[in-house]
Amino acid sequence: MFDDLRDLYQEVIFDHNRNPRNFRVIDDADRKVEGFNPLCGDRLTLYLKMDGDVITDASFQGSGCAISTASVSLMTEIIKGKTEQEADALFRQFHEMTTGKDEHFNLEAIGKLAVLAGVREYPARVKCATLAWHTLDAALKNQQQAISTE
Amino acid sequence: MTVFDVEKIRQDFPILKEKIRGKDLVYLDNAATCQKPQAVIDSIVQVYSHDYANVHRGVHTLSVRSTDKFEAARTKVKEFINAASDKEIIFVKGATEAVNLVAQTYGKANIKAGDEIVITAMEHHSNIVPWQMLCEQTGAVLRVAPINQTGELIFAEFEQLLNDKTKLVSVVHMSNALGTINPVKAIIETAHSKNIPVLLDGAQAIPHIAVDVQALDCDFYVFSGHKLYAPTGTGVLYGKQALLEVMPPYQGGGDMIRKVTFTETEYNTLPYKFEAGTPNIADVIGLGAAIDYINAIGMPAIAAHEAELLDYATTKARAIKGLRIIGEAEEKGAILSFVLDKIHPHDIGTMLDSLGIAIRAGHHCAMPVMDFYNVPATARASFALYNTRQEIDVLMNGIESLIEVFG
Repeated sequence: MFDDLRDLYQEVIFDHNRNPRNFRVIDDADRKVEGFNPLCGDRLTLYLKMDGDVITDASFQGSGCAISTASVSLMTEIIKGKTEQEADALFRQFHEMTTGKDEHFNLEAIGKLAVLAGVREYPARVKCATLAWHTLDAALKNQQQAISTE
Repeated sequence: MTVFDVEKIRQDFPILKEKIRGKDLVYLDNAATCQKPQAVIDSIVQVYSHDYANVHRGVHTLSVRSTDKFEAARTKVKEFINAASDKEIIFVKGATEAVNLVAQTYGKANIKAGDEIVITAMEHHSNIVPWQMLCEQTGAVLRVAPINQTGELIFAEFEQLLNDKTKLVSVVHMSNALGTINPVKAIIETAHSKNIPVLLDGAQAIPHIAVDVQALDCDFYVFSGHKLYAPTGTGVLYGKQALLEVMPPYQGGGDMIRKVTFTETEYNTLPYKFEAGTPNIADVIGLGAAIDYINAIGMPAIAAHEAELLDYATTKARAIKGLRIIGEAEEKGAILSFVLDKIHPHDIGTMLDSLGIAIRAGHHCAMPVMDFYNVPATARASFALYNTRQEIDVLMNGIESLIEVFG
């Protein structure tokens, strides 16, 4: 019935929505930033544990739609073990994938995150996917204040 | 029209033939804005093709024609809400501007530090923020009458909020987030017994409920044209003439003056005192056409059709496991707000859109209502005179399927 939506709602997204990874608080987190999408009410708190410039642990709490939950869940998995520069590069690639004009974007380079490429066809949902990454961007810049998509 | 023939009515709305993602459009976002009948579209084409010039100024034929049509629309509005005079009908760009107008003119002239304004917990942001701004400017205090879990005003608590300091009650006639129809007659009687004027926000009520401002005895009534099958950028402030006469003007400019020198200005009479600048001529004429269209069908027939749709939709929605209706007031208009277990309203919105169904997902500009029900957002299906039982079947089947897909 929802055949048209298979590019947007892939099984991986349903899976992460049902069972979000790293859905917990890191009590002794080095970075903690809140992200908020006032249009739909998506709200998340991102926690990072750092060792020098390496992200040794990442987790989140909050509530949102399937796209935003899957996006933040996947993100916490993929950034673990990455340096700040590597995470920042991923943020840029993810941003390009979801909002960029380049139709020949190299999906392989972005690995698992490619399941979220479908949002670019749904402008109203792009912010659901990018909320997690904008929150990460703020955390990498060591900002304390909550970020908003609007 | 003696028989309400929804299939015939649907023929009047060209957009209903649109295909959305290859499917028949099922338009259930009427509380956000309504689609327009051909008669309204034609009226705008007619104005710009044959009758257009600026109003209230020229002596030339087109200006006279344009003015006549514009003022005829005012008379249609007056009759539609049974105001006592055309002078009580002020054209604005929408309900929001009308509330702001009252806040910044009546409010500033009559509400001082320590005074109180009473609203309810189910207001749209447009009936909250203008009062908060006024309170900030004057030092007045905003009081909020609470609602219960079904989404009804707790009348006893509302009554208790009214006191010597209360200078205005501003309440929604019908809630956009919940569908609740407030007991406005009782609200007005209670407030008037304490000499407190009442503004009714009729943005949602106007297409669903026959409004008689004299029978209600409200002091102000505001609504938007676009929810009444009329063009966007049209709205109405009704005010009792005696109140409007003594209120200071809203904006300064052309049309609202009688005489201007560099030392002083004499303001125009009602309603022009509040209509500075060239108004939205063609769209206001379109509003008149929308009222003609509605009158030809009849408000009672429209209300009966929508009540039947709401009953049908509510019964079907209650049978869906995991669906919770938000707002189950006894007196309710054609709005079905709901949430699904573990499925965010935005996912519901996107999935239904893929089936051609347009609903609203979000906070409906009523964030305090969302907070009250402890939900980030709701999905909302809202019905209009052109909706059918079959469309509700499509909606409910869609909801059941998406619950299955989400697992």
